[in-house]
Amino acid sequence: MSVESPSPVERFEATLAALEVSITRIDPDDEFAQCLETVVTEHGHDTDSVVGTPLPFSSASLPDWVDDEPTPETLETATTGVTAASLGIADYGSVVLPSTAEGSEPVSLFPELHVPVLRESDLVADMPTAIERLGPELRAGRSAIVATGPSATADMGALVTGAHGPKDVHVVLLEDGSTDTEGPEDDDAAAANGGKA
Amino acid sequence: MSSDARKTKAQRIRHLLETEGEAVEENTIGFNEGRYESVADLEAYEELKDEARAIKEDAIERLPELIEELRETVEENGGTLYLADDAADANRYIREVAEEQAADRVVKSKSMTSEELEVNEALEEDGVDVVETDLGEWVLQVADEAPSHIVAPAIHKSEAEIADLFNAQFDPEEPLETAEELTMFAREQLGELIRDADIGMTGANFVTADSGSIMLVTSEGNARKTAVVPDTHVAVAGVEKIVPSVEDLAPFIELIGRSGTGQDITSYVSLLTPPVDSPVVDVDDPDVAFADRDDDREFHLVLVDNGRMAMREDEHLRETLYCIRCSACANTCANFQSVGGHAFGGETYSGGIATGWEAGVHGTDSAAEFNDLCTGCSRCVEACPVKIDIPWINTVVRDRINREEDGQFDFLVEGLTPDEEPGSVDLQKRLFGNYETLAKLASATAPLSNWTTKLGPVRTLMEKTVGVDRRRPLPEFERQTLVDWFEARGPRVSAANAEREAVLYPDTYTNYIDVERGKAAVRVLEALDVHVRIPDVPGSGRAPLSQGMIDTADEKASRVFSGLAEHLDADRDVVVIEPSDLAMFRQEYEKFLPEASAQRLREGSYEVCEYVYGLLENGADGEGLRTGERGPDLAYHSHCQQRTLGLDRYTRAIFEDLEYDVLESDVECCGMAGSFGYKEQYYELSMDVGDRLADQFTTPEASDRLVVASGTSCEDQLEDLLARDAVHPVEVLDPRSRHH
Repeated sequence: MSVESPSPVERFEATLAALEVSITRIDPDDEFAQCLETVVTEHGHDTDSVVGTPLPFSSASLPDWVDDEPTPETLETATTGVTAASLGIADYGSVVLPSTAEGSEPVSLFPELHVPVLRESDLVADMPTAIERLGPELRAGRSAIVATGPSATADMGALVTGAHGPKDVHVVLLEDGSTDTEGPEDDDAAAANGGKA
Repeated sequence: MSSDARKTKAQRIRHLLETEGEAVEENTIGFNEGRYESVADLEAYEELKDEARAIKEDAIERLPELIEELRETVEENGGTLYLADDAADANRYIREVAEEQAADRVVKSKSMTSEELEVNEALEEDGVDVVETDLGEWVLQVADEAPSHIVAPAIHKSEAEIADLFNAQFDPEEPLETAEELTMFAREQLGELIRDADIGMTGANFVTADSGSIMLVTSEGNARKTAVVPDTHVAVAGVEKIVPSVEDLAPFIELIGRSGTGQDITSYVSLLTPPVDSPVVDVDDPDVAFADRDDDREFHLVLVDNGRMAMREDEHLRETLYCIRCSACANTCANFQSVGGHAFGGETYSGGIATGWEAGVHGTDSAAEFNDLCTGCSRCVEACPVKIDIPWINTVVRDRINREEDGQFDFLVEGLTPDEEPGSVDLQKRLFGNYETLAKLASATAPLSNWTTKLGPVRTLMEKTVGVDRRRPLPEFERQTLVDWFEARGPRVSAANAEREAVLYPDTYTNYIDVERGKAAVRVLEALDVHVRIPDVPGSGRAPLSQGMIDTADEKASRVFSGLAEHLDADRDVVVIEPSDLAMFRQEYEKFLPEASAQRLREGSYEVCEYVYGLLENGADGEGLRTGERGPDLAYHSHCQQRTLGLDRYTRAIFEDLEYDVLESDVECCGMAGSFGYKEQYYELSMDVGDRLADQFTTPEASDRLVVASGTSCEDQLEDLLARDAVHPVEVLDPRSRHH
C-alpha cells in the first residue's frame, strides 16, 4: 500500500477495471441522454429495447426512448436495464441497488446489460461505511442489492457471465457540480471525506 | 472397524479418487489459492476475523432473546416467523404454506439448510414441482446426485460430464459442449420454470434481528429472481444465522467470499427486508406496468432448531454454530482436495466443520462416517473466518464415537491397556493411540522387532487384525534411545559456560526411531553455546489425541508437565523438534492443564528452528553450523501444524541467513498425518494427497536437492513417495552433517 491513498473515484475505477466492468464519467454539462445512448450502442444493444426506472437525481433523468414504465412483457424483451444506484463502494467496485416499487430489482436483473447510474457524491470508500448507510434503510423496511460486476457462474466447468442476471454491467458516474435536491439525504460532506478512518 | 469394513471403505475411497478426484482437486485447490490471494489484500484480515468471531459469540450467547426480537421485527414488517423444532416440523409448515398457495411449483435458490431438512422430497410427496435454480444444484437435481461441496455443489463434475448429462436428458437440437453453451441453456430452461413459479424458497446466510432482513450471498442472480418473481417467499435458515444488527454484516460481507471461493466479494449480496417493495413479475398480467401494481406479498421465515439449541448448550459443539458455511475448511483440507464431500461428508454437510454439524443435527452416527478423514493437521484453523477450532471439534466427536461403539473387548481390555479409555475404542485406534508403549517395547527388543515386522506373514496379520496397510514401510526402531545416548554422552557445553540452558524434549519418534535427528539437534544447540539436557519425559499425548482418546492425552499432558515443570521454573528453555508435539504444548494443553501451567509451558517452549533463529538473532555465533556454502541445495516441506503456528518462517529465515538454496513446497499437508497413512482404509488416499507434494519435488529443478521436512510423518511420507532420504532441518545445520 502506498502512503498516499488514491481518491475514492480512482479506487472505484481501478476496482471496476479489475472486474472488467466499464465506467463512463460524465460532468454536469454533458448530456446524460447522449452518454446513455453511447453506452447502449457500444455494448451492441438497441436503444429501442431499453427499460429503466426513474432516477432520483436532478442532474440526470431517463431520456424518452427509455421505457420507464416496464411491464413483465417489456422486461422480457428488453436487452438493457437502467436503474439508480444509491451508493458506490470504492474498495470493491460495488454499486448498491435499492429495490423500488417501480421495479428496479427486476429491471437491473433480467436484461443482458445493466447500467447503474451513480452520483459521485454517493461513492464511499469501504464496506463498513456502506453498511452503516444501509442500516437505517433496512430498518425502515427497505431492501437493496450490493452488486459487483456481472452475474457469473463457474458451475458448468468454467467461468461464464450472464448466468441468471446481466452479462455486462456499465456504470455511469455523475460527477459532482450539480445541485441535487432530490437525493434521499445530503451525504456529500460525509462522502467527500470518506477516506479510510 | 472390521477388516471387511476397512476394505469396503478403502474401495469406496478408491472409487471416488478415480471418478471425482480430479475435478474436486482442481476446483478446491483453485478456491484455496484464491483465498490466499484475496485475504492478502485485506489490510486488517486478522482484526476482521476477530470482529466476525466476536459478533457470532455474542449472537449465540444472546440467541433466545434475538429470536424474539427478530419475531417482532419480521411481524412488524408484515411477514411471519416460524420456529421449527426439527426437520419434520419445518417441512410440515412449508407444506402447509404450499397448500394454502395451491402451489404447483416452488423454485429454490441454493440452501444447505433446506438440504438438511430434505424439504424437496417433502414437497414432492404433495405433488409440488420443486426446481433448484442454482446451476450447480440444478445439475445435481437432473443427475439425481448429492452435493459434494457446501458452496459449489457440483465441483465433482467436469464440463464434459455435464454436457453428456444435459445432452442425454434434454436432447437439444444442437448438442451442448462448452460451459458457455451449458450455462445459457440452463438459464433459458430455468428462466421458464421461474416465470410461473408460485413460491420462491431461499436460504439465508445471515438474518438481522433489528431489521428482519435476510442476507443472501450469490453470484448467479438466481436467488434474486427466486425472491422477486413469485409473490410468496419462504426463507429457511438455521437459528444460528441471526446477528443483532445490519451493521454486524459488514465483516462477514468482506470475509465470506474471500474465505470460500477466493472472490473478494460475490456478484450479489442481497439485503432483503421481506416482504419486499419490488413488484411481483407476474406472467398472468404481462401488460400491467410494475409501477401500477399493488402487490400483497407474503413472507415466511422458517427458523430451524433441529438440534442447534442443544449444540448451544454443548461446550464443545457450540463453536460450530459460529460457522458461516464459507467452505474454507474444505478447500484447504488436503484429504478433501483428493476425495471431496462424497467421502468427506455426512448426510448433509461436508468438509472439516461438517463433523460438528452432522453430530449436532443428525447425530454421531452420521459424523462417524467421515470423521476419521480429519487428520488434525490444523490448516483449516487459520482459514476459518470465525476462528473455529475445527480439529478440536473433530477430536471431541471422535472421542464420543469411541465411547459409543459396541465394546467387543470391554471385558478384556479395561485394566489391561495402558490408556484411560473404555473398552469400546476401536482396536486400530487403540494401537495407534498407544504408539508410545509400542515404540518403547519395539526399541527394547530391536533389532529383532524390526526383523519381525519385515516378515510377509507378520504384515498380513497386522493388516488383518489392526489394519496396518502392508504396502506402507514400517519405521525401524533404535535399540539405543536418544535419552540413553545422551545420558551416556553427557553435555558438551557446561552450564557455567553456556549462553542459555535448554531442555530438548525427546518426543516418541525422535527418542525411539529417528534418534539421529535428536543427536543433530543436540550438536546444533551446542554449536550455539547452549547447555543441553534431555530428561526422560513421556510422549505429548498427540498420538492418543489423534485417535480421539482424550482422557489418555489429558493424562499424558499432566505427566509431561510434571516432567518439565522444574526446568521451566529454573528458566530452562524447552526445545521441541516435532511440530505436532509443540502444537500440543501451545494449543491443546490449555484444555488439559490448569491455565497457569499451560501458560508456563506455552511461553517456555520453542520449536527447534524457532529457537535457533532466536539465538542467532540475539548474537549467537553461527560459525559452528553448516552453511549453504558447504551444504547441499534443499527441497523443503514445512509441517502443517508448524505453519498454522506461524513457525515455518524461522526455518526459512535460517536457511536464508546461512545462504542455502531452498525450493519450498506449497501443498497444505503431506498426507501422512501420523498414523493416517498407515491405516489400510486410508493408505491410497494418503498416497494421493502425497502425490501433490511428490510432483513438486520431482521436477527437474527439485529432483537433485536434499529433501528436508520438519515433521516426522512428512519425512516418512516423502521417503516412501520419492525413494530418497528425507531429513529434518537440524540434520542439515548439524556441523557433522553427512547429508548431501
